[in-house]
Amino acid sequence: MTKENEKYLINGEKGKWEVVIGLEVHAQVTSNSKLFSGSSTKFGAEPNTQVSLVDSAFPGMLPVINEYCIQQAVKTGLGLNAKINTYSVFDRKNYFYADLPQGYQISQYKNPIVGEGKITLDLPGGTKTIGIERLHLEQDAGKSIHDLDPSNTYVDLNRSGVALMEIVSKPDLRSPDEVNAYVKKLRSIMKYLGTCDGNMQEGSLRADVNVSVRKEGDKELGTRCEIKNVNSIKFMEMAIAYEAQRQVELLESGKSIDQETRLFDIKKNETRSMRSKEDAHDYRYFPDPDLLPLNLDKELIENLKKNLPELPDQKKERFIKDYSLSAYEANILVSEKEISEYFEEVVKNSDIKLAKNWIIGDLFASLNDKNISISQSPVTTKKMSQLIDSISSGVISGRTAKEVFEVMKETGEEPNKIIESKGLQQKSDPKELEGIIDKILADNKDKVDQYKSGKDKLFGFFVGQVMKVSGGKANPQLVNQILKKKLK
Amino acid sequence: MSDITKKSLSEIVNLIKKKEIKSQEVTASFIDNIKKDKKLNSFITNCNEQALEKAKTFDKNPKLDTLLPGVPIAVKDLFCTEGVKTTAGSKMLENFIPNYESTITKNLWNEGAFLLGKLNCDEYAMGSSNETSYFGNVMNPIAENTVPGGSSGGSASALASDLTPTTIGTDTGGSIRQPASFTGTVGLKPTYGLCSRWGIVAFASSLDQAGPMTKTVEDCALMLEAMAGFDKKDSTSINKKKENYSKNLTDNIKGLKIGIPKEYRVDGMPKEIDQLWENGKKILKESGAEIIDISLPNTKYALPTYYIVAPAEASSNLARYDGVKYGFRSSKGNNLIEMYENTRSEGFGDEVKRRILIGTYVLSSGYYDAYYIKAQKVRQLIKNDFDQSFKKVDAILTPSTPSVAFKIDEKKDDPISMYLNDIFTVPVNLAGIPAISIPAGTDNNNYPLGLQLIGKALDEQKLLNIAFAAEKKINFKQNLNRWWEK
Repeated sequence: MTKENEKYLINGEKGKWEVVIGLEVHAQVTSNSKLFSGSSTKFGAEPNTQVSLVDSAFPGMLPVINEYCIQQAVKTGLGLNAKINTYSVFDRKNYFYADLPQGYQISQYKNPIVGEGKITLDLPGGTKTIGIERLHLEQDAGKSIHDLDPSNTYVDLNRSGVALMEIVSKPDLRSPDEVNAYVKKLRSIMKYLGTCDGNMQEGSLRADVNVSVRKEGDKELGTRCEIKNVNSIKFMEMAIAYEAQRQVELLESGKSIDQETRLFDIKKNETRSMRSKEDAHDYRYFPDPDLLPLNLDKELIENLKKNLPELPDQKKERFIKDYSLSAYEANILVSEKEISEYFEEVVKNSDIKLAKNWIIGDLFASLNDKNISISQSPVTTKKMSQLIDSISSGVISGRTAKEVFEVMKETGEEPNKIIESKGLQQKSDPKELEGIIDKILADNKDKVDQYKSGKDKLFGFFVGQVMKVSGGKANPQLVNQILKKKLK
Repeated sequence: MSDITKKSLSEIVNLIKKKEIKSQEVTASFIDNIKKDKKLNSFITNCNEQALEKAKTFDKNPKLDTLLPGVPIAVKDLFCTEGVKTTAGSKMLENFIPNYESTITKNLWNEGAFLLGKLNCDEYAMGSSNETSYFGNVMNPIAENTVPGGSSGGSASALASDLTPTTIGTDTGGSIRQPASFTGTVGLKPTYGLCSRWGIVAFASSLDQAGPMTKTVEDCALMLEAMAGFDKKDSTSINKKKENYSKNLTDNIKGLKIGIPKEYRVDGMPKEIDQLWENGKKILKESGAEIIDISLPNTKYALPTYYIVAPAEASSNLARYDGVKYGFRSSKGNNLIEMYENTRSEGFGDEVKRRILIGTYVLSSGYYDAYYIKAQKVRQLIKNDFDQSFKKVDAILTPSTPSVAFKIDEKKDDPISMYLNDIFTVPVNLAGIPAISIPAGTDNNNYPLGLQLIGKALDEQKLLNIAFAAEKKINFKQNLNRWWEK
């Protein structure tokens, strides 16, 4: 594949078009309480049971910043190699909606807590650096539920006031695949840091996707459309593909792109206009007078920096060095914190080469089949180690191990027990094997003679006969050794 | 005992502490006065029975080592009071009963006081005459059909007419000091952040400050002591040690320097105000202070700055009154937007709507820089003026208001003329510094007039001391014919 072919371009009737994408990811801060109140942030509670007077905007209530959320944002900034702003300001973003009790969202506008940073992506064609524009903290709104009643809307304020980090990328992404890699890497970094659980089903991570197109080679950016609130990577990819195609068709037919906000309709796989630039809200941002500007202590930043956990990029380097992994293997094994931990646990006592192959191969295949995460797998690190150890100690062959794993991935049974109950141990007793071999050689005198007169290929026949007689359990290495000796 | 309700708060506290009078007698006397009032309209909610019950409980086991033992206090209806209706003078909150208590009122109750009632005020504290209240005009006890000032008009009226021994108000641009001046009482706007804003219905967050309204400077010191204190629930609260303002109160102000800003001599100001100002200077000089002419050059920009900053914040603060969660909701409208429009059109009065519109306008994109940002810059200049002056002087003496109390309806339809009433008080809020208004005398019609003393941030003790010294020499006597009882 040439470099040129790797480029994601849209072939229009009048030429090739490049897609330019920027992401605004909203990541829920991992924190027990909300950004400005002590209410719980636990997911899945009964509606309106995690709502304080502050969250529901009662008269005279005042926000008080949750310092833990500030630290989480700083940690995330450090993980993104970003500039931490020691001075930042909370602003009010004013608009009316039933699930926005204050009538404004407390956010950060001109002075965010984190400035420019970067993320390195490992793509099939090599690495690519994506710029981070900024990261700021803001409150989430509540949830309007329109489909419970034909004429009423219900409002659940459990999410109201939950801390979000909005992470804005530069328009450096060029394809749905890159967006996929970017979101996964960003999520991975935050999970390593413990600053966001990255759970997209529960809405902990969602994104506004900015898409524009331009003729291949053009330097100027095209007019962009913002696709709001997309909550899965797959939908992001679908929305981008659709939206880019739509824009190309419009431009090629001589029309122009209106800067607007669009929604992605999952069922129809299309984006459609939500509001135009003219109808855009005037949010009337201004500094929240209830909160003083945030002045971060340099010492706090230094402390957080010192205690930062090992992040995917560093871990990758270490894996390559310590375990002699290829860059490709290391990438896969550090892609998620849980996977890297699984791997390191298994290789503590077991063979590295077998471990990486089994994890990247059979284990991942089983996770994919069942659509579960590594922490949900019935094959625990202990059981995986046991399986690998039985292979390296010669108790079972690699082929038999596959049979054992088939049972393990379904039942979670211990490999040793499976091997024992099914009698899968290899026959590794030389005397026993010699007996079998002697009988086969005696029964096939003609073939022995042919072999001895130069028909080397018959060696495989003898091995096959031994395996047949032993029910496939004969230790192949031993069989080879003995056969060679006897056929001399 | 001679009429207890005419006594100062400090006198009442002393009598209760010496067990010469019971809380129940004190409370019953004030309730008598409240019941006799037919015209002032200073109360929105009476808590007569509840207060008598509290007094009874107090008398059973009097805890006397507090600042306000067994004292009934009516408060401005902007302070949220647990289980008692809190309206902010608005139809929007006509039936709103908080299940929480504001920090300031809680502080008072912790010092032995209890709630006597909720006092009328301009709607959401927006007004200078108490004419914007949904619950009707309040009258000034000095004369019928005269405004008590605003927005803490109910507080000033109730205090001056002996319906409560002391009270608390809030001051965003003069809402404590102007009504104090109009009613011949003492009112203090503390340093921004000295008194917690938690549980006070917000008007303009960067300017709002609760403060005491009292009959004497000594009472004022006592009340401030009870109210002030750090509150971690208010991020703008100042974390500092509590002070004993009442214990440290002294009239020895020898050697203090008092600044007289030339910019406070405005065109059309009545001669009497000028005379009282001159008299104030004379008195402070006699008390050993030195009088120094100073300049606060940006004073003339204070009012326009205030009328950008305050409405901007208010437009956002009042967005929560949308009919969704609590308070008034219009029954008209077929969708969310119409429900909002009708609720807010019917629920808010004209002055509130005017300020929401101004505030929304000055924050709009395209106008933000020209208005809001510029106003913030000017605000800093005004603050700098004061900072410069306080390098030279300990306090600044000015009139509290450019006129005496006016007639009801006199300025109602002329917002600019109404706003001009706050010309001497708003610079203090913009600078976040403390100021006190004390009665300085009367005009020819016997209408009271106040003098304002402005101090640097957290210099309340010095302000109270100067006010205490001045009060002694001025010896102002309230002389009311209690027309409202007839």
